[in-house]
Amino acid sequence: MAGTTVRVGPPVPQDIRCTIDGRAVTAASGDTVLTAALLHGHVLRHLEFGGAPRAGFCLMGACQDCWMWTESGARLRACTTPVAEGMRLLTAAPSGWPA
Amino acid sequence: MTVLIVGAGPAGIAAAGVLAQHGVRPVLLDENATPGGQVWRRLRDEAALDTLLGGEAAHYRRIHAQFAALRPDIEYRPGTLAWAIDGGTLHIAGDGRAEALRFTRLILATGATDRTLPLPGWTLPGVFTLGGAQALLKGQGCAIGRRVVFCGASPLLYIAALQYVRMGVTVAAVLDTTPLHRKLMAAPRLLADARTLWRGVQAMAALRRRGVPIRSGVRLRQFVGEQRVQGVAFDTGGQTVTIGCDAVATGFGLKPETQLAELAGATLRFDPASRQFLPAADADGRCADALYVAGDGGAIGGADAAEASGALAAYAALADTGVAVDARARAALRREVQRRRRFQRGLADAFAWPAHWIAALPDATLLCRCEAITAGELREAVRRDLGVREVNRGKALTRCGMGRCQGRFCGLAAAELIAAEASIPLAGVGHLRAQAPVKPIARGMVGAA
Repeated sequence: MAGTTVRVGPPVPQDIRCTIDGRAVTAASGDTVLTAALLHGHVLRHLEFGGAPRAGFCLMGACQDCWMWTESGARLRACTTPVAEGMRLLTAAPSGWPA
Repeated sequence: MTVLIVGAGPAGIAAAGVLAQHGVRPVLLDENATPGGQVWRRLRDEAALDTLLGGEAAHYRRIHAQFAALRPDIEYRPGTLAWAIDGGTLHIAGDGRAEALRFTRLILATGATDRTLPLPGWTLPGVFTLGGAQALLKGQGCAIGRRVVFCGASPLLYIAALQYVRMGVTVAAVLDTTPLHRKLMAAPRLLADARTLWRGVQAMAALRRRGVPIRSGVRLRQFVGEQRVQGVAFDTGGQTVTIGCDAVATGFGLKPETQLAELAGATLRFDPASRQFLPAADADGRCADALYVAGDGGAIGGADAAEASGALAAYAALADTGVAVDARARAALRREVQRRRRFQRGLADAFAWPAHWIAALPDATLLCRCEAITAGELREAVRRDLGVREVNRGKALTRCGMGRCQGRFCGLAAAELIAAEASIPLAGVGHLRAQAPVKPIARGMVGAA
C-alpha cells in the first residue's frame, strides 16, 4: 500500500523488517519509525480524545503528535526514533492497556 | 570552567568553535542525532546536496567541515535532551538514562519551531509544518506527499517549495497569505540583507518558471479531508476554491524555543513586531548571571545571525570569566547580528502573521492539538463571569496548552484568541509558562536523576 510520504532519492536497500498493526512492512537502515510507517500508511496514532487519526506534524521532535505504541506496551516518538529490525509497532494502545 | 551549550545548529557550533579557540572544551548537547540544526540538517543523501540546496550548498559544506574539525576539541553529545534546569545544574536524558550536569556557564542555542496557525482540518494526517517538510526531505530523503501545497506566511514557503520541485515532487501551489503590498512596504528594511532577499526573489522566479501556481494575499479557510488531507480551501476573487493535494506544508514564521531559557531564569519580554515573548538579552545574548541565548532560540534572525550570535555568546561567556577576547571581532559580530535581525524584522512585516484570523476561527476548530480543546471552549472560558484574561489561567480552566507539546503549537493562538475575545492587548495576556520536563521523558528516568 502506498503511504503518505514518498522517497525522492535513489533506491535504498530494504534491510529491516517490522510490523505495523500486525502487518509486515520493510524499511531501510537510517529510516525513522515515522518514515517507515508513513511510507506504508497514513496514520501513526489515534488521539486519546475521540480517536481521530494523527500522522505527526512538526517532524522535528517538538509537537509530540507522533508517539506510537509497541506491542509490548512501550511508547516511542516516531520522528526521532530510528526503526529497528523486528519492531512491532501499533497505532493504538495494545489491548488490555488501561485507557 | 564548565560551559554547556544546548543545541548543535549554527549558533551552537559557532559558540563551541570560539570556546575551543580559547582553550575551553565545551560540552555540546544536541537532541538531534547529527549536527547542523534544522537549517543545516545532515542530508541523508549527500549526492543530492547541490540539487537540494542550490547556492546554499557551500554554506552547508562549510558548517559541517567546521564541525568535523572542531569535534576533537569538544565533548559532543548527540541524541541528548536537556529537560530541566535547577540552579547551576542542567538535567539531561539520552540513551535511556538521565544525568545532572553542573555548569559555570550555559549557552542556550535551542533554535525555533514553525509558528503555526490553527485552521479547520489542521490536525488531519498529511498536514505538516513547513520546517517539518524540509526536515523530512533533508534528513530522511522523503517528501511529505506526491502533490504538495505550501501555505502560510514565510519566505521559507518559496525556498522549501523549490527544494521539493528540484527533488521531483509536484507542488500543487504556493499559497502566500500576505499581500504583495506588505512586501513592498517592508522592502527598505529587507535591503539590510540583500543577498538573502535576492535568494527569496530567485526562488519565487524559479517556481514561476517551472509553472508552479503562486497566489499572494490568500485567505486560507480550511484543510479539507476526512481521514487525511485532500485539499486546501481558500478565498480568491470573492469565492472559496479548493486546490487538491495529498499533503500540506504550512508555517507562519518561527517561534523560538524559549522554555529552557525561562527555566534558567531569563525574563521573557513581549516583542510587538513578532507578537510573541522572547528572552530579554543584551547585545551579546546575556540573559542572566552565567546564562546566554544565541540563534533563533533568542530572537529570530535566521541561520547567519545564529552563527554570529553563537560566537558572540561564547565571547561574552569567556569575557565574563576573565578571559581576554578580541574586542574588534566582538564589535563586528554585534553589527552583523543587528543587521541580520533588522532584516528579519522586515521579513516579519512582509510576511505578517494573520492574527485576526484566529479571532474569526469557527468555534469547532481545534486550537490545542494535544488535548483536543476547541476555539469555542476557550472563548467560553473568556466569556464567563471572572473570565479568563491571561493565558495560563485559560490553560488551567480549559487544558488548552496542557498537553504533551506544552503549548508550543497552540500557545500563541490561544493568547491571540483570549486577547481578541476579551478586547485586551496581547502583551497583557502573557505567555504559557515553561514547565520541566520541557519535553516528555520516562518517569523512571526522573527518579534516576
